[in-house]
Formats: sequence, C-alpha cells, structure tokens
Amino acid sequence: MPFSRIVYKPEYDELEKKALIIRKNIVKMIAKAQSGHPGGSLSCVDILTSLYFRILRISPKHPKDPERDRFILSKGHAAPALYATLAETGFIPYEWLDDLRKIGSPLQGHPDMKKVPGVEMSTGSLGQGLSVGVGMALSAKILESGYRVFVLLGDGECQEGQVWEAAMSASHYKLTNIVAIIDRNGLQIDGCTEDIMGISPLGAKWKAFGWTVIEVDGHDFLELIPALEAISYTSKPTAIIANTVKGKGVCFMENNVDWHGKAPKPDQLEEALKGFEGVEFMESDEVEVDSSN
Amino acid sequence: MTIISDREIATREAYGRALVELGRQNNNVVVLDADLAKSTQTIKFAKEFPDRFFDVGIAEANMIGVSAGLAACGMVVFCSSFAIFATQRVLNQIFQSIAYTNLNVKIAASHAGITVGEDGATHQSIDDISIIRSVPNMTIIVPADAHEAYEATFAAANFEGPVYLRLSRMATPVVTPPGKPFEIGKAVTLREGKDITIAACGIMVYEALGAAEKLSGLGVEAEVINFNTIKPFDRETLVESLIKTRAALSVEEHSIIGGLGSAVAECICEEFPVAMSRMGIRDQFGQSGKPADLLKQYQLTAEDIAKEALRLLETRRKANEIYEISASTKSDFGALESEVDGGIPDENSN
Repeated sequence: MPFSRIVYKPEYDELEKKALIIRKNIVKMIAKAQSGHPGGSLSCVDILTSLYFRILRISPKHPKDPERDRFILSKGHAAPALYATLAETGFIPYEWLDDLRKIGSPLQGHPDMKKVPGVEMSTGSLGQGLSVGVGMALSAKILESGYRVFVLLGDGECQEGQVWEAAMSASHYKLTNIVAIIDRNGLQIDGCTEDIMGISPLGAKWKAFGWTVIEVDGHDFLELIPALEAISYTSKPTAIIANTVKGKGVCFMENNVDWHGKAPKPDQLEEALKGFEGVEFMESDEVEVDSSN
Repeated sequence: MTIISDREIATREAYGRALVELGRQNNNVVVLDADLAKSTQTIKFAKEFPDRFFDVGIAEANMIGVSAGLAACGMVVFCSSFAIFATQRVLNQIFQSIAYTNLNVKIAASHAGITVGEDGATHQSIDDISIIRSVPNMTIIVPADAHEAYEATFAAANFEGPVYLRLSRMATPVVTPPGKPFEIGKAVTLREGKDITIAACGIMVYEALGAAEKLSGLGVEAEVINFNTIKPFDRETLVESLIKTRAALSVEEHSIIGGLGSAVAECICEEFPVAMSRMGIRDQFGQSGKPADLLKQYQLTAEDIAKEALRLLETRRKANEIYEISASTKSDFGALESEVDGGIPDENSN
C-alpha cells in the first residue's frame, strides 16, 4: 500500500485549537462514562497534538501501512487523550467517544490495538511500552525501513524497572529512530512523584543511560515540535522531558492529584466546559474504519 | 510403537538446530535471549545470523517487550531463557504485550522441570505450564524428545500467534520417529492398551513407555499417549482412549497443580468421569541433585509410574466394590421406605 504523508500541517494557532477540542472531548467522554483518568489525559494533550498533527508520518486511510511511524501510549490510562486525538485525525468516528469504557465498545479503559485503528500497542500495565518501542525500532533497522517510533511515558511510570531495562537496550543497540517522551506532570495516584518515590534528576538519569535529553515546556508547541523533530539529527535515542501540568485546561483539576482517576459529576462537567466556551466540535468526513484491524 | 532409540539428545539442542534452519528459510525470523544463549542453544542461531539475534542481557521483562515490538512489525520472534524466568518473572509482560495482543512471539523456554539438576529449586521450573495455561491466546507445546522438538519449532514458526515451547536441559532418549511433521493440538498415541491410559508429556513420555513395558509383564496393558500440546488440549484423543480403559494416569515433570494433570482431570470431570491419578511434583519445591537422582526422589521413574498405575487400578476395584455394596444396601432402604410410606395411616381417608 502506498505510503501517504499528512501534507496538511496546521499552524501553531490551529494546533492550539485542536488541543482545545481534544481536551473538551476528553472531559466530555470521561464524564459520560463516569469513569476514567482525566488528569494524566489532559497533561499530555499538547504532546499528542504535536505528534499527530505535525510529526507522525501516518495516514488514517492506511492505518496498517508498514512504513508508517509508530506511536505507543505507554501510559495507557491516558487512553481518552489518545482516542480523542484519533477521532480528530480521522482514525475513528467521533461517535465512538460516546461509548468509552462501555461493554462491547472498542474504546476500552486502556488502549486495545486489536479493537482500535491507529492504536499500535495495547497498554495499561505500566512500564512495558518502551520495550515494545525498542522492538519496533529494531525491526525498522532489520527491514532497512525509515519509520520512527515515539513512546509516551508517564513520569511516575519511570519508577518501573523495565523502563530502564528498555532505556539501556535502546542506547546499546544505537537506536536513533526512537523517541521517549516523558509526561512530567509531577503527580501519581498516591501523591507527588518526589514524595512517593523520587525520580529526580530525571534528565540526568536518561542521559546516563545513553540518551540525548531535551527538556521542554510540554504545553508549548514552539518548544515541543522542534524537540520532536530533533530525532533527525541525533546519533542516540532521544528522551524528551516534557514538563506539564496534570489536569491542564480544567482549572479545578490542574495540579490536583485527586483528579488522577476520577470522573467529573454533571455540575463539574458544566464548570469544566465553561473553560472551553467558543470551542466547537469539528465534524470530520465520514470515517471508514478498517475492519481488517 | 515403543522406544525408538536409546540415543540421548536434549530437546533444547534440537531447538537450537531447528532455529538455524528456520533462519536460513525465513529472513523474518529473529531470536532473542537473556544472557543464556549457550544454555538455551540460541547461540547456534546467533553465530550464523548475528544481525537477527539480540541478547538483551539479564533483563527478561525487556526481552518480552522487545519481542512484542518486533512481532508487531511483522517479524517471527523466538525468545528464550530458562523456563522459570521466561514465565514467572515476566507473566504480566506476556499477558499484556504478547497474549492480549495475540502477537507472533514464540517463548521457547529451556531448563524446564527438576531435571535442571544441580542448580536447585530457584532454577527448576515446576509451574510454568500452569502459569501459561491460564493466559488466554497462549498455545503450549511440550515436545517429548529431540525429534519432536525440532519439528515443533517449525510448527510454532508456521503458527500465527503466541506459543510457549517447553524444553529440557537433560539429554533424553528418542521416542518418536524423525521427520514427522508436528501437529499442534493433536496428541499422539505411542502405545495401545486396554487397561489404563497413561497421559504423559515431555521427557516423562519415555518413562511412561518404560512403565508400560513393566506393566505388560504383569498382565496390564497400558495405553501411552504423548500430550505434546497441553493447550489446546486434545480431549477427543483422551476420551477415545478412556472409553476403552476407564482409568487415567497423568505424568509430567511439573507440579500436579495446573499442568497436564489438571487438563486431564478437567476433561475427565466434564466429559467422561473415570478413575484418575496425577503424577508430578506434589506441591513442593525441587532441590539440588543429579537429574536421575531427582527423578527417583520425586517418584517420576518408569518404576514409580508402573506402581502408581497398579495402585490406581486397585483403588478403582475397591471403589467399585464399595459402590456395589452401597448400591445393594440402598435398594434395601428403598424397599423399606416404600413399606413405611404405605404403613402410615391416612387420617383423611375416613
């Protein structure tokens, strides 16, 4: 199947708009499901927006193109962010978002690659995505293919030992086609990462494991996008520490650990949606879901 | 059919050879190991195809994840370690990254069972079948000898989906013919008999055949079935045999909890209840020792199997006796009851 690049690249102000729509959809779908993880979903929206609208060489028309870039959401509990982004890019119909976490729905609580086009790996149990990414990056080398692999991890997830096994192996195999993005929102279920099990200095750790480390404001496209593009120029695997705000975009959720895995009640949803006033839902063209997935 | 040859060869060695041949035939075959390449025999593949071999070091969890990533991009992946590390240590990784995703990863685990020997309990895998059997989408193959291990490696490669291939360290006699294509999910009857069915897997098949010879000398004809696939379990072959024998003995170099014995017991309970006994590691840890001494210690030799077969048949005979006595007593009770019923005056009849 011919590989087709997304030619349309929105300007930064359009990206802001995309990110707002995605945030609005995240809050709405979690409220509707009355279950899910809003905090960590909202913190990584700008990272996903950068990837899906500016970086990834992917096409919703050819979700299984062997030459496509791969994205793995290793912090699988941010599934609503991924689903809202996939709807926005045309991989899945918007209507699917209404059925998040419902029985029979393709949109499981954590991403299932067998059920959702555009989901490259099933995740949920933390710490496994980077290893899978290393495997995908190795495949590209064996197949002499040019695709790249992007893995999004949570900062709390970096407490998992397997992450460092994977980090070690990526630099050992001299993989230049892999990027790990760490959503550094500073919180995990039980509290602040530094109180629960300190992971600082995070950048120094990745550097010591042989990675090129770039630290950015994870909500600023002007910093995120150039950092993600740096993959073309590095001779090592790239780690991007993206400093973010958990719950970003919903004032009462921001930096509040209580919103890790709690759904907003109707009045809270109403309050949250006020923050998105003026943001309209985009209607995409009829989405044909590739049933071979 | 009985024992083909006393020439001894380990199933892991046959696996190593098969991998090299697979590598020649298919450029998409890749092999991973976790610092045990010499022991698991993936070293043979590593030497011939260094670009398609990855030793991830002592990091089994990463090995499973990397395998999943390679498979997701179209590779046929074999990853190897000792059975205990390739299952217990990475169960969640297998569950999520390989089984849930149904990816084409073959976990070929060597050094299964107590015949690991001198290394002792920490290296003797006695619950790997049990662990993997409970994970959906997994197929479990336990070759009986080197011939079967060689063919099973090809069968696993040709099968689309995750496979657990259980291999042994110890060199064991060959009990199956060479070059016979391996059929996943089809148990093989190696010896026919009418008195008892011995269901065995792995290196216990040889011991089971030895037991059958001993039993034959005592006038008991045992049917020996090689359950080279534990999952999916070939219930049809088992039930067909039980219709003849009405007694089953499972034998495995594995805990009696959750492995072949459990699969046999489940089938018997649900489809064709008969007398049954399980032989294996009886809910305890292994220990250091020579493999042959350990098999004796844990009562997994041909002699032990023959003894247990006789005990089971005797138990069944006694049980039948008790049943018959109880059945005849019960009919007496029945007669008594009806008499009593009839003897109670009906107050309303006046």
